[in-house]
Amino acid sequence: MSSDPRDFAAHEAALLDERRFDDWLALFTEDGHYWVPLLGAAQADPFSHNSLAYEDRLLLQLRVDRLKSPRAHSQHPPSHSQHVLQPSRIEEETNDAVHLRTPFLYIEARGESQILLTGTARHHLVRTPTGWAIRQKRIDLLNAARALPAIQLFI
Amino acid sequence: MTSYRHHPDRIAALVQDDRVHRDLYLSEEIFALEQEHLFANTWVYLGHASQVPEPGDFVAQEIAGRPLLMVRQPDGAVHVLYNRCAHKGTQLVTDECGNTGRFFRCPYHAWTYKLDGAPLGVPLKNGYEGTQLKACESGQGLSVVRHVKVYRDFVFVRLAGTGPSFEDYFGEVLGAIDNMVDRSPEDKLTVGGGVLRNIVHCNWKMYLENINDTVHPMSTHESATKAAEALWEGHAPSDPKPMAMEQILPFGSGYEFFDKMGGRVFANGHSVLGVNFSIHSNYAQLPEYEAAMRAAHGEERATEILQRSPQNSVFYPSLSVKGSPQAIRVIRPLAANRTLVEAWSFRAAGAPALLFERALSYNRLVFSPMSVVAHDDVHLFESIQQGLRAGGNEWVSLHRNFDVAELGQSTLTTNGTNELLMRNQFRAWAKSMLAGMEAAA
Ligand code: FES
Ligand SMILES: [Fe+2]
Repeated sequence: MSSDPRDFAAHEAALLDERRFDDWLALFTEDGHYWVPLLGAAQADPFSHNSLAYEDRLLLQLRVDRLKSPRAHSQHPPSHSQHVLQPSRIEEETNDAVHLRTPFLYIEARGESQILLTGTARHHLVRTPTGWAIRQKRIDLLNAARALPAIQLFI
Repeated sequence: MTSYRHHPDRIAALVQDDRVHRDLYLSEEIFALEQEHLFANTWVYLGHASQVPEPGDFVAQEIAGRPLLMVRQPDGAVHVLYNRCAHKGTQLVTDECGNTGRFFRCPYHAWTYKLDGAPLGVPLKNGYEGTQLKACESGQGLSVVRHVKVYRDFVFVRLAGTGPSFEDYFGEVLGAIDNMVDRSPEDKLTVGGGVLRNIVHCNWKMYLENINDTVHPMSTHESATKAAEALWEGHAPSDPKPMAMEQILPFGSGYEFFDKMGGRVFANGHSVLGVNFSIHSNYAQLPEYEAAMRAAHGEERATEILQRSPQNSVFYPSLSVKGSPQAIRVIRPLAANRTLVEAWSFRAAGAPALLFERALSYNRLVFSPMSVVAHDDVHLFESIQQGLRAGGNEWVSLHRNFDVAELGQSTLTTNGTNELLMRNQFRAWAKSMLAGMEAAA
């Protein structure tokens, strides 16, 4: 992967779409979080209002491990995802951290059904000796609070 | 497929003592009849009064296909109106909530109404002189839902003009709302943190049955619970758990646990699962909160309130309450094969922030569209909805622990894995469906 942080979001999404969930999880810092606020871009924090997902590494590990289980009934047949990304823009940058903004379309397909979500991914990346790592991946869905069917993988 | 309209006998025959017919879940005609009868004859949960704190605040909510408005009045009361302009039928509001000020003004021709629905003004008034407008429905203002009950801020409606009173309909199960509200040292709950909304492609009754199904967690939730157990391996049972672990791990409890938790059924389909203990019983103690509870309610009563943490209390046919994590689920049927499930969280006045965090965390982990626990449930409900279309066997079994002695009993306490809790729902289903129908047929 190139060291230009703007390439990061595409790399990260490709790992998800290839179902390389362990490699994906390894991109997070120890204190990293994955956050899908229920108010989308309007939400200030994950505590005063609920979220569709707000997960630390322990919970993300649980998800990834669950997906590997043959008894993950909802994965018969398995889900597949496709992220369609606009080029990432840098919103904020310091010496060893960067905030990216990446508008996206997300499609999750399973059997006959396909769901389409859209919004903006916001990555807070920090520089580590081995490259960029995710301190937070925040997904601001365009219409996060509407009724949704099950979303099984990672937006 | 059989026709059910005008055939109450055929509807009654769908519910047998120990099994039910698949048309209950599959038939669009049955669904339409449920909208007309069952959801009109029963007391259905509309919303919480804390959603409309100020005069003019409204929440728009459809019940049984009818658009309704819950509105806070100038005198503090909560009224429920039909969201339908008296003129030509325009919905007065199309936002899901907001504040209308001192009156409603229809966006189409600007007829206005007081907050209680009374007519206020009509433009070009002269044109109505000498007409029948004042005398007919259109001149009377907005139609009002007459049977509204605000029980400790939980707002219920009965759309039918006649039927059981609120107290007669719910009876003892109201204790579950009491327990939830009493967990506030100030006796006050407010909705907080927004609502998680799920579309599940299954019949609403299947979802409601599952709320009482304790035989499924072992097999259904194996993927999530085994992953959680593996991650938590090596920790002593006394080690403090992160909140997520505290909430997820008990789903992996064995059959014996769920059997011993016990259940109780009440007349009209209601039930309490987990009368002895539940997956919520072992959340960490909070000494300061307990002291506040003792100060508010007295030693004995505080202990009684806090010791009681049932798994689910079902207010048939629309509401499921979890007193301990201060969370409710609301079942909003959309079609025979489509159900909206809402998960709401509550703040208890005078209780520490941790209680609210538990509600948010539980709802997020278990009832979010991105839940790590519910994916397997939802998949199986949708699978049943398809599977029932198979020929051969047209019946769904509810035989577990069936006992003829249970017939005709209204309140019964039983083991936690008894399918009586589901049979009780279907018996109530038949009763509320048929109420008024037989006379009309
Ligand atoms: S429809 Fe409402 S004023 Fe005409
Ligand atoms: Fe379940």
